Amino acid sequence: MTPLLSVEHLSISFTQYDRGTRRRILPAIRDLDLTIDRGQVAAVVGSSGSGKSLLAHGILGILPYNAHMEGTITYDGAPLTPKRAAALRGREIVLVPQSVGYLDPLMKVGPQVGRDKTAVRAVLDRYGLGPETEGLYPFQLSGGMARRVLISTAVAASPALVIADEPTPGLDARAAGRILGHFRELADAGTGVLLITHDLELALTIADKVAVFYAGETVEEAPAGDFDRLEDLRHPYTRALWQALPQHGFRPIPGTQPYPGALPEGCPFAPRCPKCTSECGGDVPYRPLDGGFVRCLHPERGNAS
Amino acid sequence: MILEARDLTFRYHPKGPAVIGRVDLTLKSGERLGLTGPSGRGKTTLCRLLAGYDRPDAGEVLLDGRPLSTYRGYCPVQMVWQHPELVVDPLRTLGATLAEGWAVEERVLAGLHIEPGWLTRYPSELSGGELQRFCVARALGPATRFLLCDELSAMLDLITQAQIWSFLLEEAERRDLGLLIVSHSSPLLERLCTRTQAL
Ligand code: SF4
Repeated sequence: MTPLLSVEHLSISFTQYDRGTRRRILPAIRDLDLTIDRGQVAAVVGSSGSGKSLLAHGILGILPYNAHMEGTITYDGAPLTPKRAAALRGREIVLVPQSVGYLDPLMKVGPQVGRDKTAVRAVLDRYGLGPETEGLYPFQLSGGMARRVLISTAVAASPALVIADEPTPGLDARAAGRILGHFRELADAGTGVLLITHDLELALTIADKVAVFYAGETVEEAPAGDFDRLEDLRHPYTRALWQALPQHGFRPIPGTQPYPGALPEGCPFAPRCPKCTSECGGDVPYRPLDGGFVRCLHPERGNAS
Repeated sequence: MILEARDLTFRYHPKGPAVIGRVDLTLKSGERLGLTGPSGRGKTTLCRLLAGYDRPDAGEVLLDGRPLSTYRGYCPVQMVWQHPELVVDPLRTLGATLAEGWAVEERVLAGLHIEPGWLTRYPSELSGGELQRFCVARALGPATRFLLCDELSAMLDLITQAQIWSFLLEEAERRDLGLLIVSHSSPLLERLCTRTQAL
């Protein structure tokens, strides 16, 4: 079966002019591969500010003017050109944005969700929002309600692909769990869900597979179940993430992620990697390994070395 | 030292509902108290009251039995917020911002993995994790006795979270600081706190 969405060798870079006229090219996403099937939740997990939100904007065709995108995006078997993206956006492919700022502050909730009153009622009802919600303005919503309104607005059109960009900021664990549960329900009903987040623990509660993002690259893609055991993870960075979980030792590795503008040659994780060798300064391809993918010359799992 | 909240009540509007209603809390030096409770229960508001950013409508905040508002100069109760980008001056380099206070010790910079090169950068040129390290360094003045951490690491990746906390735990130990920790993550609170209180 062809995947619902397939992203191949996607790179997104920015042209920046810093203080004056010095022109810089910032590579924000490099060589990203990802597929999403119908009924699947695929999570992309990376630290905030790592450029992973641009993936959503790239798929939706709403990148800012100074961004440059390469690679191919295929949706439902055909290339997702900017023109096609514009036609599908808001209907078949929808974004659940990070910020409540996407809601029109001067418009009541009901009309924002849609024109058809019965449909609006049905979708709000599905997310536990009573009729009184329809007459509220965005500023009158609590954090959790606002998230549910954002989801309602996005899924009112019965989309085939939902892209959720950091959908639970500022929510307590229970509220965040409920919101994520809604995405799981959508997937169980056949929708493809791309979840972009910095929160690995939350992502693992609903994702079928997880792509780990580091310094603009996906370094590993693994079925969610591989995160149950350290031994099943492939990339040294993914293992470091696992070991930094409060319930798994809380042990940090030293160092920080490099800037897009100051990447080392070869593997960007090399300065922090215990398994780094001289070959790691060269080209490191993204390749399949044991039911997932890895971008590492000496992965921790499997026999390839 | 003891930081105490006695019967605190706070409203945004004089006639509005109480965001915080009759809350008591005691935090001693060396303690790490986790504050739990659903969103909207006023955890951030309580931190703001305890750090003296807001005045309660009723009740009082005491430091060693004396109202916090009577302490002059640098406040011994410091706060670190979830969103560091909102609390640093966007027009000054991080080095300039840090230099406003005391000379931050080398040990603190190293412990927080703050690279010297960042000091010449502007906030917009740093990631949230990098900025948060600055905010922690800035809150750890020599006169700080209590540190209120409001979702300090909620927006950070796991490694940055573990780095900042392992440094903070060590620092709290060595300086006998009292920590108030607000987090939505129960594994994190279990890891960090000596006890918890629900709001
Ligand atoms: S490619 Fe080399 S440096 Fe990079 S993660 Fe693998 S072993 Fe480490």
